[in-house]
Amino acid sequence: MRSNGMLRELMRNRTLLLMFLPVAVLLFLFNYLPLAGLVIAFKDFNFQKGIFGSDWMHPLFNNFDYLFSSDAAFRAIRNTILLNALFIVVGLVFEVGLALLLNEMKNRFFKRLSQSLTFLPFFISWIVVGVFAYNLLNFESGAVNRFVMWLGFEPIDFYSNAGLWPFILTMAIRWKVTGYGTIVYLAALTSVDNSYYEAASIDGATRWQQIRYISLPMLRPTIIILTLLAVGRIMNADFGMFYAMVGDASLLFPTTDVIDTFVYRSLRKSGDIGMASAAGFLQSIIAFVLVLASNYAARKVDKDSAIF
Amino acid sequence: MAKRFSISQTVIVTAVTLFSLACLFPFLMVISGSLSTEKDIMNFGYSIWPKHITFDSYKILLLGSNRILDAYVISIIVTVVGTALSLFVTSMGAYVMARRSFKYRNILSVYVIVTMLFNGGLVPWYIICVNYLHLKDTLWALILPPLANAFNMFLIRNFMLSIPEDLHESAKMDGAGELRIYSRLIMPLALPVLATVGLFVALGYWNDWFLGLMFVDKQELQPLQLLLRTLISNVEFLKSSSNAAAMQRISAQIPSESIKMALTVITIGPIIFLYPFLQRYFVKGLMVGAVKG
Repeated sequence: MRSNGMLRELMRNRTLLLMFLPVAVLLFLFNYLPLAGLVIAFKDFNFQKGIFGSDWMHPLFNNFDYLFSSDAAFRAIRNTILLNALFIVVGLVFEVGLALLLNEMKNRFFKRLSQSLTFLPFFISWIVVGVFAYNLLNFESGAVNRFVMWLGFEPIDFYSNAGLWPFILTMAIRWKVTGYGTIVYLAALTSVDNSYYEAASIDGATRWQQIRYISLPMLRPTIIILTLLAVGRIMNADFGMFYAMVGDASLLFPTTDVIDTFVYRSLRKSGDIGMASAAGFLQSIIAFVLVLASNYAARKVDKDSAIF
Repeated sequence: MAKRFSISQTVIVTAVTLFSLACLFPFLMVISGSLSTEKDIMNFGYSIWPKHITFDSYKILLLGSNRILDAYVISIIVTVVGTALSLFVTSMGAYVMARRSFKYRNILSVYVIVTMLFNGGLVPWYIICVNYLHLKDTLWALILPPLANAFNMFLIRNFMLSIPEDLHESAKMDGAGELRIYSRLIMPLALPVLATVGLFVALGYWNDWFLGLMFVDKQELQPLQLLLRTLISNVEFLKSSSNAAAMQRISAQIPSESIKMALTVITIGPIIFLYPFLQRYFVKGLMVGAVKG
């Protein structure tokens, strides 16, 4: 009887179901099928037999044993976490800092102009940013080396010096997304009631004290939530950035090879699908747990800010 | 008091100006580089202002290579078709998830949310697309995979939930079916959020090269961004163009550095051109998302 009622409800809403069908199919094909495809990490993949028809590995965890015996895999996991942590911390300083500075600016026109200029890089692709970086950093005609030589020093070969790249990549991200990142903070700051600042300045508080004791505490919930959500994605590197900035420059891999680029190379270049799928499986599972945990924590801080 | 105030303002304005200029600088450098002669770049490096202005590299790009025009056409087709299709399917899906009278709408929402949380990763996704859906070297590979985006669907759904239910009720009284209510009533009202999401999606398609990198080996199907990458690593391919002779007449040697810059300018041109418009809607959209994500 109950299923009968459900069937009737579905029949009555068949137009709605039909309207949902395209999205349902697309999500099934491009999200749910790959999810089911995670089993490939336990299989001896064969292109002819496909993901689901391939034989199971003997022993089942063979791909993982292989993965854990590889130094490159460990290096990629370490780089992913360390670089993302670096990006999160520096990003926080830049974004909150710029938002505070913009908020203190008196000249409205100048403030709007600065916002427009700093937001601009967000709209171009990492490929283009890669070209910009090349302009600045290349050995013969790069702007940085021209400057270094003008100062009387030897030019620096950036593209073979891995130690510099955590810094270069951090700067590239900051250049591209700082303006974008400040928008949310700036919105939080403009919603602060002006009477707080007025009362503080009557009491003789300096600008710095007003920032320290009014603006920053007002930003705290936003800072905590955005940081938590970023930590939830710490296992996922921005493939576009790494591939466009570093590409195939293997000299730089010791500090720049991350899980996503490692998986890409194993899949498309060396054809090592067992290794790639085991690394991808680990990444998916850990990322899922982290997303749930960070979202749970964000919900604790502020119910409305969690994704779900 | 007043004096100390102006000192802090000076420091603030200086810091913000320096950062803003740093954001602008690479753009100026690329534009200047594209207008410079190869000799000036070799002798003086990239600068903000070209010493001798020349349009040779643009001429060579436009005249010399069909591939660049092809890539431009591919990028435009992918962006236009992808954005239109994406808005169509996601807005319909969002409409269904926003239908309060539909008992099972929450099940559909969960179906969508799961895709935001759990990701199969690159390997299964790639194999499904290539071996099962046969997308390799097709235009669809550049359009279909990101078409149904969960985040965008929720943005549109939340906006639709803010439209009063009475409107829907009265339309139903007048005998309108769901499809008609969706297309004639709700879609026009949802125009602001559709414009925002449309811009997100269009920007994503225009800037995309990942899908091209994964699925398109055939050179005629490469989108502009991917061609730019190919050109950066290898300018020589221009010489194999059918118009090599015409290119030689413009310049005996291919000005490889300034050509890279010219193609970069062509690639970001539409974005710079639309920037005031993009900026306004993006900020609006972020605010909509921030109010209730």
